Amino acid sequence: MAQVKESSYAVVPGPEGILPPAATIMGVPLPEEGEGLVEGKIVNEAEALEKAAIALLTRKNATLFPGPLVLWGWNDHTNDKAKYFFDVAHELPGIRIIPMPDYRPIYPKIDPEAVINPCHPNLTIWHNKIEACVFIGVHCHYANITLRMVRAGTNCYTIALCAEAGHEDAMCSVPNFDIEKLVRFRDAIIKVKKNGIKPLYEGKGIVPTGWAQISRLSGGNIEKPEDESVGAGVTAAFAHELETGLDETAE
Amino acid sequence: MSLKTINAAPGFQDYLPKEYQDLLEDGPFFKQRKVSELGSFKEVIEEHPMCSGCAMTLFIRLVYLGLPSLEHTVICGTAGCGRLAISQGAVPFIYGNYGDTNAVASGLKRGLDIRFPDTPKDVVVMAGDGGLADIGFHGVMHSWFRKEKFTTIMLDNEVYGNTGGQDSGMTQKGMVMKMAPTGKKFEKMDMLGLAKTAGVAYTARIAPTNPTRVANTVRKAVLIAREVGPTFIQAYTSCNIEYAIPTPKVMDDARDVEKDRYGFVEYFSDDAKAYWEESEKERKRLRKAEKK
Repeated sequence: MAQVKESSYAVVPGPEGILPPAATIMGVPLPEEGEGLVEGKIVNEAEALEKAAIALLTRKNATLFPGPLVLWGWNDHTNDKAKYFFDVAHELPGIRIIPMPDYRPIYPKIDPEAVINPCHPNLTIWHNKIEACVFIGVHCHYANITLRMVRAGTNCYTIALCAEAGHEDAMCSVPNFDIEKLVRFRDAIIKVKKNGIKPLYEGKGIVPTGWAQISRLSGGNIEKPEDESVGAGVTAAFAHELETGLDETAE
Repeated sequence: MSLKTINAAPGFQDYLPKEYQDLLEDGPFFKQRKVSELGSFKEVIEEHPMCSGCAMTLFIRLVYLGLPSLEHTVICGTAGCGRLAISQGAVPFIYGNYGDTNAVASGLKRGLDIRFPDTPKDVVVMAGDGGLADIGFHGVMHSWFRKEKFTTIMLDNEVYGNTGGQDSGMTQKGMVMKMAPTGKKFEKMDMLGLAKTAGVAYTARIAPTNPTRVANTVRKAVLIAREVGPTFIQAYTSCNIEYAIPTPKVMDDARDVEKDRYGFVEYFSDDAKAYWEESEKERKRLRKAEKK
């Protein structure tokens, strides 16, 4: 376990307010090899993978966001990783896949059913009513800002499966996420299902989304996302107390 | 690392948005497209937030067409109108701070040469007259003095169009602008002369009146930069807002300016000329061989 004093700050699903503090500023440390980060606390890797699996199985409209580092066939390693990515996806009933092909500030507007963009990731999450998501293969500097924006404006449980050091601003993160860990993640999903976690969308496969859905390339019917849980009182209005800004009228 | 980097990983093809599928199936990667083919293939830029009738956008579109290997090109830019369109292109774009584009490009080019010694990687700086002749001037000059092997393209709209119409070093003397009400006080900077003095291998001054010439000039500049040394293109890309040019008259203005004062000017250093003549001969030989 890392010799880092734990922070009392909890990185929980938002909305956190327009500009949440970066978790690292609030003292949340990064996990080391063999560890994971769950809601701002260091745990062992197996526990982090199980928490991620439970979130993806039980929260509404769970979605995988593959970034450029897994989406594009850069090299043999990426091509191999894609196969294991889909192995994980097939263990998650009702999972949606929306790609982040690059980081262009797409103009005039994004199609939130087809794509997620790091400049305004909240649009895709709002539009598809996503309450749990995985970022994988997104370059760290974009993942950092994306995760904060998602935490700021949505009630989505973010999971960052990072090939480097992990991300403090995700609710759940595991570092050095290679093919071996993708296999362990698939096994963790199988294990929690075996241990009694009932998937919210039991019996479903991957839900075609975006272009695949619109064009029916995958042969699936158009399936709108389920309404989010906000109305049912599951999510608090704001995750933390909002900071009071300067009183501009004060003498 | 494979050179075929622009492929979806297995299984992801169907999940890509339509625009990306089109780019993979019918884009300009790994093939040199011609001006006459415009409209018949998926271009790397199709939508942009520039003003209606903007000549700069047309020029940028033609630059993308002229680049000899899009899949191995990185573009550096900075604040200004141009980056609003350039950042929409499906070609890696690095946004430098005002003033440091050519310093960023220098480091990038050297790094790419070390990382990919067997693959030519092109770096192209494309920014406005403010970014290159005024605020970025020192970076531009020193990259030329150091003989950095990349192309600098100045989108010369002769004004700070993005911030309300201040005069730049490239504005014509006496020009009255919204934010220069008493008129520009000194002559338009002679960037071609400065480039020649600094030892730039190839320079060109061009207006976007002849699309094929623009694409060919860009291709020439990038290929010479790859083999010989720094190259520079100064392109007249009028600001129809700040110069109050009616949208349908933008190309008339470009033709007038070209005729009156801009012209099409090219300069080759001896090394660049020798290289270009040799490579032209080689291309002709290959074309002949292909026909046979």
